[in-house]
Amino acid sequence: MSDPMEFLLWAKGPMFDWALAIFALGMLARIAEILMLGRKPNLAEPRGGEWGPGLRTIITRSVADPGTFQRAAFNVTVGWIWHLGFLVVLLLFIPHIELINSVLGLRWPGLPNPVVDAVSAVTIAALIASLVHRLTHPVKKRISTVEDYLVWTVTFLPLLTGYLAYHRMINPYPLALGLHILMVEIFLIVFPFTKLTHVFTTFIARWYNGATFGRKGVES
Amino acid sequence: MAAHKTAVSRTLGESLREHGVSRRGFLKFCAATASMMALPPTMAPAIAAALEKARRPSVIWLSFQECTGCTESLTRSHAPTVEDLILEVISLDYHHTLQAASGDAAERAREQAMEANHGDYLVVVDGSLPGPDSNPGYSTIAGISNLEMLKETLEGAKAVVAVGTCAAFGGLPHASPNPTGAVAVQDIVEDLPVINVSGCPPVPMVITGVLAHYLTFGELPELDQYNRPLAFFGQSIHDRCYRRPFYDKGLFAETFDDEGAKKGWCLYRLGCKGPSTYNACATTKWNAGTSWPIESGHPCLGCSEPDFWDAGGFYRALSIPNTNATGTLLAAGVTGAIVGGAAAALAKKQQKAEEDERQPVKIEELEQKL
Repeated sequence: MSDPMEFLLWAKGPMFDWALAIFALGMLARIAEILMLGRKPNLAEPRGGEWGPGLRTIITRSVADPGTFQRAAFNVTVGWIWHLGFLVVLLLFIPHIELINSVLGLRWPGLPNPVVDAVSAVTIAALIASLVHRLTHPVKKRISTVEDYLVWTVTFLPLLTGYLAYHRMINPYPLALGLHILMVEIFLIVFPFTKLTHVFTTFIARWYNGATFGRKGVES
Repeated sequence: MAAHKTAVSRTLGESLREHGVSRRGFLKFCAATASMMALPPTMAPAIAAALEKARRPSVIWLSFQECTGCTESLTRSHAPTVEDLILEVISLDYHHTLQAASGDAAERAREQAMEANHGDYLVVVDGSLPGPDSNPGYSTIAGISNLEMLKETLEGAKAVVAVGTCAAFGGLPHASPNPTGAVAVQDIVEDLPVINVSGCPPVPMVITGVLAHYLTFGELPELDQYNRPLAFFGQSIHDRCYRRPFYDKGLFAETFDDEGAKKGWCLYRLGCKGPSTYNACATTKWNAGTSWPIESGHPCLGCSEPDFWDAGGFYRALSIPNTNATGTLLAAGVTGAIVGGAAAALAKKQQKAEEDERQPVKIEELEQKL
């Protein structure tokens, strides 16, 4: 594995398969379990529909209410910035679209590389700011667990190595690209076993909340 | 033998004048060599002076499991430039394709050159060779296995130049499943410097540049981690590609005949391996500077890198994994759904069993028992 090209081929080959398999198996197992367990049957007469309020809540809960924003303006703003930045970099960089297309058969137009580059720089800065905030905020630092720092690390490293690879700041390039792919693979492997599952479960949870409110006739 | 020694003892300057190369032409070559090797222009006269005085080194060229493409590249694309003469004025004492002698006479030429220049000659190898653990009968010359011939020739050599990706990294014969157990020259050589001039085939200027460097400085050039001369393999194709601005703008050819291809946009999506390939094609070009693969509309195959035959499809973008990722995703996803479903079913079953076993007790009943 001392040979950079051998390392890249390993990262793009068997290691990618392993990471994808662990990710898909773990995530599908969790989602299937959540959906099949469902909730206890509610025998009371429904006062309203479930689907409309459920879907509406998925959207409305994404925007912080004024009270939350006033209490935690940094969390909301920086959280939004890096989440959006992460999605833009992940989904709109041409080489990433080529990868997604090869796996899922789906493709869409990408953004020019300098735009993605700028967005990734902002995202990296926002993630660093969020870590500093976590380490210095009197409440946040006390409620942070090892898992929080692990999740931050596995999210940050693919961005950092991707940025370094794009700017060719690690030589030779096969090593830079291999490192980036490996970091993404670690992210995928860690994903189903940590709070990273929120990428999928957030929307399920919001739907359940909204659906429960709708059934009770409460504003969602 | 006597004639052979005379040829070797003549200086390069004398040989060039004999071949009718003008002083001006020679200095132009020296200046080009200096710039190609990333040396300051002031080095050109020093190169000229050194080359003028240089004795013709004896070169033994061994061709093993190869296609002769490397020799074709070297001999054809430069004629009739002065680089060609540089090759004529090294004493190329053994080369299957180019030497007039054949059979036993050819082998004797090799033996004579080895004896006469013991400790001083250069060995150039093109092609991979069956490794020590494989059947030596896969490739033999004059009844001598490649491995035996290489080891025998290396004994009195000063350095080894592995020309082409097969000699440098194993190349096509080494590609999976590697039926002949092919290995690269550097896998065999132990105590001699090896310069890898990779490429399928390598850029002709690079091999002449390496020899010129050796004649000028009397030592081997600075090498990268793959033992390739840094002057030629120091930068990636991508970094020197004239289509790079299109990559940066996100303008890509999607097929070989679409609008993007006609406008000369970046070939990344068509499988270009330029970002991970280190070679001099983008700067020296081919056929005396006429063009190079990307300029002619074809993505770089990455031919100067190890394992390039096994590095995924030539027409698949660099970011695409080399596995059946869709199959893995589907299989793992379905397994995951079954596992999750089974876990949920078990939990429900357990819950139901507990409910069935539940024996409600009223306070009055308990009081009666007490």
